[in-house]
Amino acid sequence: MIRLWIGLFIAFAIYTCMVYYYCDKSQKTEISPSSNALVGWNIWQNKNCQSCHQIYGLGGYMGPDLTNLASDTTKNDLYISSFIKYGTAKMPNFNLSDSEIVKLVSFLKWVDKSGKNRVSKEKVTWTGNYKLDN
Amino acid sequence: MKSNIRIYLISALGLLLSTLFFGLLATWAFLYPEVYNKFLPFYQLRPFHVSAALFWIITGATASILFYKNETVAKGIKSSALLETGFIVIWLSTIAAIFICYGLKIFGGREYWEFPPILCLPLLISWILLMFSFYVPLFKNTGKKPMYIWMWATGILFFLITFVEQNLWQIAWFRASYLKEITVQWKSNGAMVGAWNQMIYGTSLYLMVKISGDETIAKGKTAFFFYMLGLTNLMFNWGHHIYNVPTASWIRDTSYVISMTEWVFLIRMIQSFKKTLEQRAKLRHLLTYRFIIAAEFWVFMNLLLTLSISVPAINLYTHGTHITVAHAMGATIGINSMLLLASFTYMLKIDNLKGRVSKFLSFSYWVSQFSLGCFWIALIVAGFIKGYRTVENSKLNFQEIMEPVLKVMKVFSYAGVFLVISIASIVIVYLYNAIKLKQYQTQIEI
Repeated sequence: MIRLWIGLFIAFAIYTCMVYYYCDKSQKTEISPSSNALVGWNIWQNKNCQSCHQIYGLGGYMGPDLTNLASDTTKNDLYISSFIKYGTAKMPNFNLSDSEIVKLVSFLKWVDKSGKNRVSKEKVTWTGNYKLDN
Repeated sequence: MKSNIRIYLISALGLLLSTLFFGLLATWAFLYPEVYNKFLPFYQLRPFHVSAALFWIITGATASILFYKNETVAKGIKSSALLETGFIVIWLSTIAAIFICYGLKIFGGREYWEFPPILCLPLLISWILLMFSFYVPLFKNTGKKPMYIWMWATGILFFLITFVEQNLWQIAWFRASYLKEITVQWKSNGAMVGAWNQMIYGTSLYLMVKISGDETIAKGKTAFFFYMLGLTNLMFNWGHHIYNVPTASWIRDTSYVISMTEWVFLIRMIQSFKKTLEQRAKLRHLLTYRFIIAAEFWVFMNLLLTLSISVPAINLYTHGTHITVAHAMGATIGINSMLLLASFTYMLKIDNLKGRVSKFLSFSYWVSQFSLGCFWIALIVAGFIKGYRTVENSKLNFQEIMEPVLKVMKVFSYAGVFLVISIASIVIVYLYNAIKLKQYQTQIEI
């Protein structure tokens, strides 16, 4: 029993290393975050935006998914910034400075470049699985 | 019962009460944000609720292990009370600090662990103390171990691994790619659920051995096979959380294949249904057993849901909807909390209670099961509506998609009120008994 357990654990360790090293290699171009995007990411966490919003469908369901907000042609930077700055009846005003808002938007733009959140039905294969490409 | 463990049990029950209280408030804040944003917004209530739930499950599981440890792993071996007490004090003080942070709107962590990441350090230290207190007598105690001990040992070890992995985002290399960061985060979150399931299912197996008097349940090839299958799922079946994230396709393929092994659990449950019914006739007078049976029912229902959403073609519609919440709530309330309540019933000797209290507990039990059913179905319906409208009507904006969903969420909130009242009633009786146990012990000592 112990041998089987150790064998499984080794398989898990190898799989974990593979995930760490190769999980994002499907991305056609590797995009490192700018310093603004990194600060924006911290703001995202410090203000707990994930409680209400999702990225790639992960997070709270109070507000919309923001993965591809930056490439939404119906919403420009000014629209997004105003939304964050003043809040709405449903979204509180977090009293962020203009500089913080720029950084948060920079983070969302970086996330947007990592891929598309919605998977189209056409990607589904006969196995019930789907293949994604960036 | 040792006084440190008794205090720990009381704290776990307090966490369950907090989970219920904040969950109810968060539901209303979700439905009426205009009102709640003025004093207690959803983004503040959700971490209160989620962290309380998470800590109730882990605290409840470790409380059970610490209690049963003295009857099993550490039987006849002198174990260090200092390690146990050190774990309890640091663990509970850190949870208190986390709630203070939430109260002051100080966040900074990732989902489910939204508190400032520095607080992960005392949690880690306390867990290492727990590991010493469990593994030292375990290694001293030679001989073949029943499967529940393997499950406890596995759960404790993998909680440490996944907890450390959960914090890897603090290393810059993991932050250099969003896909990598989110993949690692959900790898650890998914596997961590498997870790606490090992601890809780181990407890459930131990309880079944105790109340049925049948030692063979925890020994033999079948028990071993299901333990290994559970462990394999813990290690490799976390990918369904991130099917839509454009990571390497082999992650999706591995998870899809491994998740289909869960059919074995389902088939096994159907096969053993007759035996369960026969056993039920003998043991149904025990509340401990009734909680285990409730959990078994919710395992069955949740397996059906899990197997469905593990198929990427179906996950396409369910991901990012309330069906995912139904899956999480079904598991945490229906399975984890029911099994923990079974364990607490046993530890606090609730089955010895007779008369009106016993009837009251029985009534609360049935109300909780029925309201959990309504609560769960409402979430599935809400999720189905959201998923369908999102995929099939891609031109609708978020508010338009959510309009019919919010109507169903009102049904969810009504069911939630009954669920909270019924479980809270049970918890209050348990708390009263846990406190009374002290007075009883003191009388015996005098």
